[in-house]
Amino acid sequence: MKNMGDMLLRKPGFQEIVMGNTALVRAMVESGTRVITSYPGSPTPEIAAAIQTIPEDERPFYFEFSTNEKVATEVAFGAALNGHLSTVFFKSVGINVAADTFVQLSLLNIIGGMVVVLGDDPGANSSQNEQDNRHFAYLSYTPMLEPASPTEVYRYYKEAAALSQKLGKVIILRLTTHVCHAKEKVTFAEWIPRKEDYTPKFNSKNGPYIPLASAVYPMKKRALRQLGEVETWIEQRRLNTLVENNSTLGIITSGLTYLSLLEILEEAPEKPDILKLAMVYPVPERTIIKFLKSHDEVKIVEELDDELERSIKAIAYDQHLTTRITGKSDIDDWIGEYTPDKVRQILKKTWPGLVADGKRLDPPSDDIPLRPPQMCPGCGHRSAFHAIGEVLAKEDITVADIGCHTLGYHKPYNMGEIMVCMGSSAGIGSGLSLFNSSRKVVAFLGDSTFFHAGLPGIVNALFNKHNLTLILMENGTTAMTGHQDHPASGRNFNEISEAIPIRQVLEGFGVKSIFETDTYDQEKLRTLVKEAINEKQFNVVIAKHPCMLLFAKKQRKVKGENPFHVKIDQKSCDKIHTCIEKFGCPSFTRNSDGMISVNNELCIGDGSCIQTCPRKAITR
Amino acid sequence: MKPFNIYLCGVGGQGTGLLSEILLRGADHAGLQAKAVDTHGLAQRGGVVVSHLRIGKKIYSPMIPAREADLVVALERHEALRGADTALRDGGCLVYFNTVLQPLGVRLGSDREVSENFLNRNCKVRNIKVYIVENGGLMEPKMQNIAVLANIDKNNLIPLVKTRHLIQAMEDLMTGPMLEKNMAIFKNSPLTV
Ligand SMILES: Cc1ncc(C[n+]2csc(CCOP(=O)(O)OP(=O)(O)O)c2C)c(N)n1
Repeated sequence: MKNMGDMLLRKPGFQEIVMGNTALVRAMVESGTRVITSYPGSPTPEIAAAIQTIPEDERPFYFEFSTNEKVATEVAFGAALNGHLSTVFFKSVGINVAADTFVQLSLLNIIGGMVVVLGDDPGANSSQNEQDNRHFAYLSYTPMLEPASPTEVYRYYKEAAALSQKLGKVIILRLTTHVCHAKEKVTFAEWIPRKEDYTPKFNSKNGPYIPLASAVYPMKKRALRQLGEVETWIEQRRLNTLVENNSTLGIITSGLTYLSLLEILEEAPEKPDILKLAMVYPVPERTIIKFLKSHDEVKIVEELDDELERSIKAIAYDQHLTTRITGKSDIDDWIGEYTPDKVRQILKKTWPGLVADGKRLDPPSDDIPLRPPQMCPGCGHRSAFHAIGEVLAKEDITVADIGCHTLGYHKPYNMGEIMVCMGSSAGIGSGLSLFNSSRKVVAFLGDSTFFHAGLPGIVNALFNKHNLTLILMENGTTAMTGHQDHPASGRNFNEISEAIPIRQVLEGFGVKSIFETDTYDQEKLRTLVKEAINEKQFNVVIAKHPCMLLFAKKQRKVKGENPFHVKIDQKSCDKIHTCIEKFGCPSFTRNSDGMISVNNELCIGDGSCIQTCPRKAITR
Repeated sequence: MKPFNIYLCGVGGQGTGLLSEILLRGADHAGLQAKAVDTHGLAQRGGVVVSHLRIGKKIYSPMIPAREADLVVALERHEALRGADTALRDGGCLVYFNTVLQPLGVRLGSDREVSENFLNRNCKVRNIKVYIVENGGLMEPKMQNIAVLANIDKNNLIPLVKTRHLIQAMEDLMTGPMLEKNMAIFKNSPLTV
């Protein structure tokens, strides 16, 4: 078997089929990156999974999952102030959490160099929005590189690291979901480990590091001036790509959209010239002017928002250029991932005859039942939702948070009717409780999220005496993103680390009533929640059960396939369907005669369903 | 060689990702250029899992345009129909493992389960050749993907990718008892047409 850890540390150059996220780790090794931090979130967790294949004592860098993206950014920044090349990576919306720290970075002289790797998610494949984080580059004067493929992830990271070290400036590497997860054969260079110097080099003379009062303007000036140097550097490194087809038509694009374009234009009889930008901020003015001047008509094809379009139109205006420039045609052009099919539609709006129609003309069939994601068989969250749903009144308000328990909003539970972002449930619930004595407010929160961004909302509820019940869905892991450990797990990424007990944290805050039960004990959970919602104060119900997907996976490793399943006693079953329609475990199958059977491929034999059958037809 | 597009789909937990990785590496061992992309993220939570695999020289995007797949490989019957409907070209091939993992709506009684007949009729209209891999009840669910792999191989569904290339790919990705078990299924799976 090929061992990924060995591959990532191989000294001679080699070729291997890898995904973008793995190529990034090799690039970090070759660049001599010494400190890497993160908080899990799709599409980036496989970066950490690749790091984990290197045994801890052989890693040429330090890695940690921090408690959230802001702290991760701070740790990476602090390390870079001591002279260590550092990198922080997280998902798209992670930058909202990190923003307060992040926006300062480009003002500061980061002597070790620092790269921020963003996993943006056009198409909102696994995120609560598809925000275009190129705005953050503009907002903070931070140069941003955007690779299109695993090969470019590898190459651009190395460029970003070198540039960052040269300028003492933070650089963003913006990946998108299908760049992170694309796989291809990448040619890697040799790795020559450098002589390591770990001397802590922080010196306030390298600053200023205190952006206050009169210091702010010169710091901002430096940041702005560096943008010019960056443009020159991009030209020297020849990172932009020009595809010349001798056309009077031109297209300016970047990232994965470039590959979609090539795909769609492959069969076109006449192909426009294409300028692919490696760096999307700052836009390379000289290169753009040259391209505009040499074409009659230029279309900007950019995924999500219109940053390039606005910058390029402004350049053309200042230069008095008469090139016809088109960007977004309508609202649809702002929405969704620029797949080959989407790019085809977009080109057709501007140049109807340029490319052929797609192969699919009719809309997708609606005869195929949708398959929404759902909680796994045995999931403790399901037991909790089933029980809690039975004690809440119809008009009561349930507030979701982010994690596997968000899936409770699906039928048949419909629990958690509003969801915004990580850690927001207690705050939103507090607001919903104002001027409200008639409808109970119940908020849900996961345990990783508790530490990530949940604490301030809880403290606020106590401080300002809000009246709501928070249900802490404690499953011991960061489940949704692939089971990363968190502060209450008893382990960090590298070693055993004393678990921070959630209950005692709440007690320390001064939460007066804390209820606690295993979620499989549905009777007890019902009693506790009933009691909690009738109290007139902020209180917490800790609804505990280990993540059963993780548990079953570990069991399978030690004991092989699980032999335990529940059975339906067909004689006792009288088709009231509580198991399948109210409890809703995916292991139950509805047969054409209305009888229920158990799918042994799915059932893990946890038995949490047994108590839900009024006819006692479910048995072990 | 003309580009050859393979679209794989299944339900989270069925091993679509491993199957795709074996085919990708198999193509590489056959000396072909290839690109792929998988869905990750929510995939494990019983949702739809999709993998695109593209073989050939003139391939740019890792994603297959709608209805331009030459072969759809599905590990479940509903996903077989969904995959054929979204990705497969008219006249292409569908190979699927004949098991059903009922989607939410079917379990709640609001949607109708996709039957073998319904699937076959849909494929016939579009001139799609269908290969059905049956369970036979013997197999561990985690290895159904390998039974499908064996059938792709025995029916020569991917041009230029031969048995030895797939074996090499499996050896890249697995060791020990896992490799042995999967190899046994790969070598002994009955041929289905
Ligand atoms: C700011 C931000 N960072 C990361 C994520 C990705 N994310 C989605 S769910 C989740 C896990 C939440 O874990 P936990 O609160 O323990 O709930 P569980 O999934 O275990 O039920 C994370 C990290 C996100 N949506 N937003």
